[in-house]
Amino acid sequence: MFRKDPMGGPAPSSTQHEEGAVDRRRFLTVLVAAPTLTLALGATTAPADADSSVPQPADILDAGDALILAGTPTAHLMLVLEVTESGEVQVELPRAEVGQGITTAVAMLVAEELDLPLRKVRIRLADARPELLLNQLTGGSNSIRSLYDPVRKAAAAVRARLVAAAGELWDVPAGRLVTRNGVVVSPDGRRAAYGSLTTRAAKLPLSRITARPKPESEHKLVGTATSRVDARAMVTGQLRYALDLDVPGAKPAMVRRPPTINGTVRSVRNEAAVRRMPGVIDLAVIPTGVAIMGETFGQVVDAVEALDVTWNAGTIDALSDADIRKRLRAAAPPPAVPPLTDHIEAEFDFAFVSHAPLETNCAIADVRKDRAEIWAGLKSPVLAQQDVAAALGLPERQVTVHVTQSGGSFGRKLFPDAAVEAARISKAMGRPVKLMWSRKDDMRHGRARPASHHKIRVTHTRGKVLTYEHRVAAVETDFRHGVGEFLTATATRLPVAGNMTFAATVFHLTVKVPYRFGVVTESLNEVPLKMHTASWRSVWSANTRGAEEIIVDELARKMGKDPVAFRREFLKTARQRAVLDKVAKEGNWGRDMPAGCAQGVGFHDEYKSCTACLVEIDVRNPNRPRVVKAVIAADVGRPINPSGLEAQLLGGLTDAISTTLRAGLHIDKGLPLEGSYSQFRYARQQDSPTDVRIFIMPANGEPGGAGELGVPAAVGAIANAYARATGTKPRSFPIDFEVDFTPFPR
Amino acid sequence: MPRYTFSVNGKTVAVEAPADLPLLWVLRDRLGVTGPKYGCGIDVCKACTSHLDGKAINPCVVPVAEAQGMEVTTIEGLAEGDRLHPVQEAWLEQDVAQCGYCQPGQIMAAVALLRETKNPTDAQIDAIQNVCRCGTYFRIREAIKSAAAKM
Repeated sequence: MFRKDPMGGPAPSSTQHEEGAVDRRRFLTVLVAAPTLTLALGATTAPADADSSVPQPADILDAGDALILAGTPTAHLMLVLEVTESGEVQVELPRAEVGQGITTAVAMLVAEELDLPLRKVRIRLADARPELLLNQLTGGSNSIRSLYDPVRKAAAAVRARLVAAAGELWDVPAGRLVTRNGVVVSPDGRRAAYGSLTTRAAKLPLSRITARPKPESEHKLVGTATSRVDARAMVTGQLRYALDLDVPGAKPAMVRRPPTINGTVRSVRNEAAVRRMPGVIDLAVIPTGVAIMGETFGQVVDAVEALDVTWNAGTIDALSDADIRKRLRAAAPPPAVPPLTDHIEAEFDFAFVSHAPLETNCAIADVRKDRAEIWAGLKSPVLAQQDVAAALGLPERQVTVHVTQSGGSFGRKLFPDAAVEAARISKAMGRPVKLMWSRKDDMRHGRARPASHHKIRVTHTRGKVLTYEHRVAAVETDFRHGVGEFLTATATRLPVAGNMTFAATVFHLTVKVPYRFGVVTESLNEVPLKMHTASWRSVWSANTRGAEEIIVDELARKMGKDPVAFRREFLKTARQRAVLDKVAKEGNWGRDMPAGCAQGVGFHDEYKSCTACLVEIDVRNPNRPRVVKAVIAADVGRPINPSGLEAQLLGGLTDAISTTLRAGLHIDKGLPLEGSYSQFRYARQQDSPTDVRIFIMPANGEPGGAGELGVPAAVGAIANAYARATGTKPRSFPIDFEVDFTPFPR
Repeated sequence: MPRYTFSVNGKTVAVEAPADLPLLWVLRDRLGVTGPKYGCGIDVCKACTSHLDGKAINPCVVPVAEAQGMEVTTIEGLAEGDRLHPVQEAWLEQDVAQCGYCQPGQIMAAVALLRETKNPTDAQIDAIQNVCRCGTYFRIREAIKSAAAKM
């Protein structure tokens, strides 16, 4: 085993996840040398034609920049690449794969840099590596942004060593050798497969080798639409999610949870009877409820239902939607700018929304006296390791955390709730455990996007917008997954943010108005409620920017302008106008629509990317409005895998269709009413457009973020289309939020 | 405990289980067949969609007793060796899956639909109730149409 340490000298392997006794000749392992990261503050500020608006903090430094900065001290440790004798390259990736396609994108970058067929690259999700600190966190649309340079540099270093080894073997200067399809080729036609060069490459003195990633103009694979590397495993049912793993002795377990959020167990009245039920192995009271372990999940479900438990009160028992909405309205201060000129103003409400990943919260835990092992889908595995260790009273180094591929996240899996709970159950029962949350519990006791209230006032005169003011109040978003601390720590050292709370910092690093709207004021006030929240794909932007895009349409109408023409006029950059123009042209903006049908448009800019969305809605069946067509254009600076990017935008569109039209959670006396997909009405095939066209703009710079980009523009487009089709002004979302079901018992 | 004999993906299996134990848990917890996923347990999300004698069912609500003597096919049994079913091929071609968790069920639902209807209309595709939380519906639709054209 050979490694290159950050200082560039050879060093023996010492990281705990590399088993010690590996045959020295089999691998060439390279730990990437410190990538230099330069972040030019101000480089993206003040576009030439943005004369009438000063930049907002997110124009100067966005949350992704702050995450990269916070991760810089450990960026050189991030990637481990290994070339095997068979010529495969294995990459241990310190990120979660939750469906966003990061494993495919990273495999493409590695294959490109190494001139290797994509199928020869294997990506494994790294176990928790506490030495990485924030560099093992998947969020903020930041994976490609934070990995693009380090991955290419690591792969370039590997390639350079392999080429140097072949040069030494043949006594040919490395500069005259080329690589092709996993083989080094000499000018006279000699060929050496990578796998045959690993031993020699590992012995080379490092000082002789310099490596630089390929110029982007030479990219052949990167930038072309590529199918996911794990697609075949998925369509054949071979992909293993956490609960599909066969961990010896791990038995199914579920938890009976309280009738209100954060309630606790007072007593279990029929413990003996439940213990005698068929298949029941054990029962334990834990902080979150009563856990039951059994032979099969089917039997555990029956036992959990049979439990007769008396409960202590929860933390929001007295609260229902109306109370929460009242508090939010009170928390959002009225606009401060006096409406002395022409103005428009509006208030908006957005409901709680479940992340509802199809894979419910789950984890496998094997807790022994002096150590613990966890398997779960985790976007923040280092936090999971810390939290599990704290819950068990073990040193962190005694907790091993394996990251499994997740069946969705949308923000939910930033938190290791199931991992910690599984660890507690395994400890209490003295056995390995497979913990699964029921869907009902996942919706009612799982985390949700906080409800929010918005007050907006825009003043304008003679075709110019003078002031734009947006006061947001939201139920507190839980940021205790590490991002908050790091962003705050980073941002407070920079001149853009000052000393703000976690939430205010993240708000100002993610939310900005893309238009030249004069004096812009945006603020967030949080209402702390003791309930389970988490950021939900695009954090505040879906609601905040969604509401703004509605106001933009209303402002355009008031000023007698077409919504697309108005946006063109007020957007700040040519790049922004280009995506808008693209959807207007491809979507045939302004075409005649039958009564009850309309087009709508929305725009959004975040994390160095921008997008426009044009939809057509059909509300002729008022009970089930349907977005029938969508045209989306996105400029992400540099697309790595356009197919994956389109998938992310398609997902963002479906999220927007769902949350704008029909999907939300009602809080009723301390608990969401919704308990399954029949009640939380996330879109189904019948709600999805039959015509979707997505355009990715050509590469023109560095990669921006794109995982969350699609939601806010689509929220605006759908709401605007709905408004035009119905002649109404939607103010409360989801628009159709009737309780049309009988809630499950608590 | 009663004993049930049926076939799973072409192999005969015999399990002792309570008559009302949902087939999903017999498959996953007793037989190690993990392609069918839990998503709701009440036949609402359809993530576990599999086939019983060729017809789409949701094993989360089918008692094991109902499988007695019948043929159960899960996503694992759809391909013939290394040769994928045309619907699986179409899924790869359209790059449908994101997190992939619902896709075994989506594919089994699509295969069942294409058995009944060679060229499904948009309305027939709309009737598929399987939830995809990643929102891949449009690509699912395109994949079904592509598979239909090839089959």
